[in-house]
Amino acid sequence: MSGLQYDVAIIGGGVTGAAVARELSRYQLKICLVERAEDVCSGTSKANSAIVHAGYDAATGSVKAKMNVEGNRMMGELSRDLDFAFRRNGSLVLCFSEDDRPALKALYERGVANGVPDLKIISGEEVRAMEPNITDEVVAALYAPTGGIVCPFGLTIALAENACDNGVEFKFLTEVTNISKIDGGYELAVRDKEPVTARFVVNAAGVYADVFHNMVSEEKIQIVPRKGDYCLLDQEAGKHVDKTVFQLPGKYGKGVLVAPTIHGNLLIGPTASDIEDKEGTYTTAKELAEVTAKSAISVKNIPYRQVITSFSGLRAHEKSDEFIIGEAAEGFYDAAGIESPGLSSAPAIGVYLAKLIAEKAGAEKKTDFIATRKGIPHVAAMSREERAALIKERPDYGTIVCRCENVSEGEIVDSIRRTLGARSLDGIKRRVRQGMGRCQAGFCTPRTMEILSRETGIPMEEICKNQPGSEMITGEA
Amino acid sequence: MTHHDIVIIGGGPAGLSAAVAARKAGIQDILILERDGVLGGILNQCIHNGFGLHTFKEELTGPEYASRYIAMVEEEKIPYKLNTIVADINKEREVTYINREEGLVTIKAGAVILAMGCRERPRGALNTPGYRPAGIYSAGTAQRLMNIEGYCVGKEVVILGSGDIGLIMARRMTLEGAKVKVVAELMPYSGGLKRNIVQCLDDYGIPLKLSHTIINIEGRERLTGITLAEVDEHRNPIPGTEEHYSCDTLLLSVGLIPENELSKGAGVSMNRITSGPNVDDCLETEVEGIYACGNVLHVHDLVDFVSQEAALAGENAAAYVKNGKRGEKCHKVPLLAENGVRYTVPQVLNVDTMQDTVTVRFRVADVYKDRYIAVYYDDKLISRKKKKVLAPGEMEQVVLKKSSFADYPEIGRIKICTEVE
Repeated sequence: MSGLQYDVAIIGGGVTGAAVARELSRYQLKICLVERAEDVCSGTSKANSAIVHAGYDAATGSVKAKMNVEGNRMMGELSRDLDFAFRRNGSLVLCFSEDDRPALKALYERGVANGVPDLKIISGEEVRAMEPNITDEVVAALYAPTGGIVCPFGLTIALAENACDNGVEFKFLTEVTNISKIDGGYELAVRDKEPVTARFVVNAAGVYADVFHNMVSEEKIQIVPRKGDYCLLDQEAGKHVDKTVFQLPGKYGKGVLVAPTIHGNLLIGPTASDIEDKEGTYTTAKELAEVTAKSAISVKNIPYRQVITSFSGLRAHEKSDEFIIGEAAEGFYDAAGIESPGLSSAPAIGVYLAKLIAEKAGAEKKTDFIATRKGIPHVAAMSREERAALIKERPDYGTIVCRCENVSEGEIVDSIRRTLGARSLDGIKRRVRQGMGRCQAGFCTPRTMEILSRETGIPMEEICKNQPGSEMITGEA
Repeated sequence: MTHHDIVIIGGGPAGLSAAVAARKAGIQDILILERDGVLGGILNQCIHNGFGLHTFKEELTGPEYASRYIAMVEEEKIPYKLNTIVADINKEREVTYINREEGLVTIKAGAVILAMGCRERPRGALNTPGYRPAGIYSAGTAQRLMNIEGYCVGKEVVILGSGDIGLIMARRMTLEGAKVKVVAELMPYSGGLKRNIVQCLDDYGIPLKLSHTIINIEGRERLTGITLAEVDEHRNPIPGTEEHYSCDTLLLSVGLIPENELSKGAGVSMNRITSGPNVDDCLETEVEGIYACGNVLHVHDLVDFVSQEAALAGENAAAYVKNGKRGEKCHKVPLLAENGVRYTVPQVLNVDTMQDTVTVRFRVADVYKDRYIAVYYDDKLISRKKKKVLAPGEMEQVVLKKSSFADYPEIGRIKICTEVE
């Protein structure tokens, strides 16, 4: 390996980086993934629509279209192999005026050309028969039965854990500050830590992908963080719609959607505003109001009183409006501009890039690749018998810590002890949904902090919500 | 399936008082199910005084008040299970609980008393714009961390909402050495008790800003500051009134919500205003044999009233176990809350079977000065009592006498309202 530490270094532990890591781990390569945050799934991958798009949106022939349709096709089997939550609930694109019918028809035709199966244009009556809460203004809709909803944390964490089980080394709290070409590969300078050297580099740095790309390539790219605000509603509102309800795309992307989440909440959003701050994950009153107003155009009687949280995510929008995937410089591979439908596309991007890199590296496939991964048991979802048996075996599955989401101590312990275990409260939350419910961690925070401290040896004063600097307490009383 | 005469869900002040009253009413077979590791509920973290003035005629701390009831439960040898969470209750009064030792168990109850308490409204429910850093706590969570676990949650504090826990925590944080910069309240009046405003804010020079809200939250990792703004009569921020406060901690005391997930699962009908079950004068829900009391029924200001109410639920549940359902031909009269009265508990009165007196508790919708609280039987004014000040933060009550209904055999409704003159 000519003195380099790794064959491949992947920058970024979002869904794209994790997918590339998992697919690359099929090959006989020494791989590491470096992530700035304390955990995977800490950037755009944690704050998005949690949708697996059918694939009719992107222009026919575009990389976005290809990756989306392929990623969607892969998602079912992947969710069974890696044990994360995914459901094909189907999606609807609503058309509100006869004047817009040609645009709906064009969307249908684009979908067919992109290879999206089973698309259908249905009448307003058919839409309302399917979804009684759709507004009366709707005249028609594009129905895509292959559209789905996924747990974005579940997907990303599953890919990462499986990659780790297959030998990929994960380096957290590792922020790459510079990339320089060295003999036979690249050196990644890291803030306050030793540099990382590797023959190949994968740039899956989300909103920062332009920064790294531009360090090695003369063909500059520019990622504009496109901010989107969302509101999440209580599970009591989760059945307000069953399908993912889009509005016919306008100038700023796909507009506001109304969708159930895989865990039974109702999600509305996102807005779309281009900002300069790559860390600007703040919500604004204006945009939250816009979410409310726009969602009401599609769906009536949304119980806005039941909002349990609002959040903002940054889409890594590249100026060309296209995914940039491939070799940007000798041995340096981009997965840049991965905005929507990035979550849907990630598995396909992983396969595509892994194949490119493995071929270039001349790497053989492993014979001992572990293709499956088992998630943390969700005790409350189990049958009575299964649950009773499990509690008998591990009594801590019988102590409920998070009462809103019915999360037991055992599940929290698992989330900490397993491969790439959680090291922060948010890490636990993303793995087992502790604190995700209607009280938003009011009751379970002290107990969860205690368990995290006990399991990891991290002193209570150093327990963080997420990254260092987000300590929960300031000292003893 | 094991059977118990009365199963009580929750071992806080309501559950304990209900248990003691049911035992005194002659029921031997009682079981309390408590999700925490100790009895006493939220009182355990309320280490300030001011509890028990009505019940014990002395001023106790929360843990002291709880310990009195725990002692009664112990003395009566009423069985309880700790660290036991109830997963489900159904209309047949089958209660499924979970704990480490027994796993998943379903028991059958002669009567069920719901006493699960309430939870705090979180930041998310407010849709306050900004970042989502560490350092934002609901006041009760901070209170638990401080008083039970022994940790300080921050040094420079802003409190949003003037509910009682927020006021109590303003004082508590100050005593712990933190700087509480301001308490902001969206409404033009406080949601807490007057005495708490005096003793927890005024005495420590902590400003209370009414008609103010937070319009931005800053800080990516830990909170670094907030922006406060005055609101107009429609509760919309007024441009130009923004004020910035640097702080590492934001405590929220913006409302309590009765925890009725189990009640809903049992098919109990819920009241839109109280977010608790609809009950009659026996505190029986619309599901036979299921009773409710304490903060799960409606949020109280004073634990003394919780104890009183829960004792009534305990007695009535005991009567139900011993005598079965009350007469089918009960004359049920709805209680209507009108003109400034937001709700009543109970919502229905059984005129034939009621006790000699029934206490009706309610809250008003706004701050009123020099108003009357009036009670009407149909359109006939029965009583009218002048109050100098009425405020949403202070629960009010009227007592209805059974004897007063003698002249109204055909009564169709009871109305409780405020009146100006």
